[in-house]
Amino acid sequence: MIEAIFTYEFLQNAFLSGAIIGVIAPLLGAFIVVRRLSLIADALSHVTLSGIAAGLLLGQTFPALSAVNPLYFGMVFSVGGSLLVERLRSVYKHYQELAIPIMMSGGIGLGVIFISIADGFNTDLFSYLFGSVSAVSRNDLYAVIGISIIVFITVCLLYKELFVLSFDEEYAKASGIPAKAVHLAFIVLTALVIAVSMRIVGVLLVSALMTLPVAAAMRIAKGFKQTIWLSVLFGEISVITGLISAFYLDLAPGGTIVVTSIMILLGVILWKKEKN
Amino acid sequence: MKEKPPVIDIRDVNFRYDRENVLERINLSIPKGAFVGLVGPNGSGKSTLLKIILGLLKAKEGNVELFGVPQDKFKEWDRIGFVSQKANSFNTGFPATVFEVVMGGLVKKMGLFRRPGRKEKEAVEQAVRAVGMESFLTRNIGDLSGGQQQRVFIARAIVSNPSVLILDEPTVGVDSQNVESFYHMLTHLNHDLEMTLLLVTHDIGAITDKVTHVACLNKYLHFHGSMQQFVELDEQELSDLYGHGIRLLDHHHDH
Repeated sequence: MIEAIFTYEFLQNAFLSGAIIGVIAPLLGAFIVVRRLSLIADALSHVTLSGIAAGLLLGQTFPALSAVNPLYFGMVFSVGGSLLVERLRSVYKHYQELAIPIMMSGGIGLGVIFISIADGFNTDLFSYLFGSVSAVSRNDLYAVIGISIIVFITVCLLYKELFVLSFDEEYAKASGIPAKAVHLAFIVLTALVIAVSMRIVGVLLVSALMTLPVAAAMRIAKGFKQTIWLSVLFGEISVITGLISAFYLDLAPGGTIVVTSIMILLGVILWKKEKN
Repeated sequence: MKEKPPVIDIRDVNFRYDRENVLERINLSIPKGAFVGLVGPNGSGKSTLLKIILGLLKAKEGNVELFGVPQDKFKEWDRIGFVSQKANSFNTGFPATVFEVVMGGLVKKMGLFRRPGRKEKEAVEQAVRAVGMESFLTRNIGDLSGGQQQRVFIARAIVSNPSVLILDEPTVGVDSQNVESFYHMLTHLNHDLEMTLLLVTHDIGAITDKVTHVACLNKYLHFHGSMQQFVELDEQELSDLYGHGIRLLDHHHDH
């Protein structure tokens, strides 16, 4: 395995991207879960899919555009979607969760139209849906590195504001923290992380990598910082274990990563039960 | 020597939601060092008035001054601590320690991009000690009882060392045995730390022997004065205030 990583560039791309995503997805996920926004991640991943499909379609229709990584179209759609979710949440003040099915079905609907127009793609759409060990390009890796640097810096700088906003939104507003701006920065970051994570875990399972490690960490952590550390640890274990088994068993990594996180989650729940 | 301006000064404030008047011609002035009980039945506009003081709602008519500064020019929000109704705004499963929650009270004061250092840590420990929760620093907030959680929220409100502390129905969800010691702690903050307190409650009986001033609100502010003046009101006047009969316990007449 180690030898193979040194030999094949595609494996380097996949494992490096995976290792980074294993950190940033649960890092943002910790805030997403405690703010009860888990399903928003799901909605945004579906919007990202329509962006990817749009990118592939444009590349097919205009050969000049085929050099542009469809991942970037995914990012644009995802960020646009995140802003739209916020609009919808303020339109339906008393039914904020309505924003989620609207965006989710909208994303899939649009994606399906693009895919039908293109009448199938040369690129394997399957890899976008469930992740891939072999399809991650150098270009994708650079996007992952760029986005994760932005995420790291922003979360470090805004940690205390994000914490207060997550813990008690009303208090955050009352104490004069720029809650709206911080929330906006957060939701845009989430959209970006979803877009880049998708290459490894796939559209359909991206939100799992943001929520399952956190769900496990919350059972045993003392305090929020510890919740973050444990989430990142569980996320990293899931991604690496998932990628290795996907490589050897020739499976889609989205599946193996999520199944690993589920096993960690079950393990933690059982261990906690045993302890009490 | 010029007299110090009131800590909170509200003049001729009206407020309406849609077409319904919630507050009419409210005048309320809170002097430094006072312990004011703001009482009124449910739906009397107490919470609305608090939100106006905190700048969360904007009164269309009237003036609000904080520390002698008109509210829209007021910048020193860390001089005002706020404790909301517990059940409202926080999710008990949240994985945060008492330390982390109280540190949240310093976020605004520290400003953007700054990380807490030793000074902030000491401030947190001191605030937690002031509410008697020092042995719970590393416990998750969700594992504490309602009364203990409310003490933690008070610590969060006073950690930035505000001059005023505003409390909205702080004893809702606190069991009756702990309510008494809770008020004890408030008296300590008022006397020993010289904090001005504005306490909103629907339960007038619980506070009459603790506060220095009482304000009775029911859309209009019906009474605002010292405790001494309040206990001198007779039964009829009181029931006018409240719209229904209230019984003051005997020992309160001794004041």
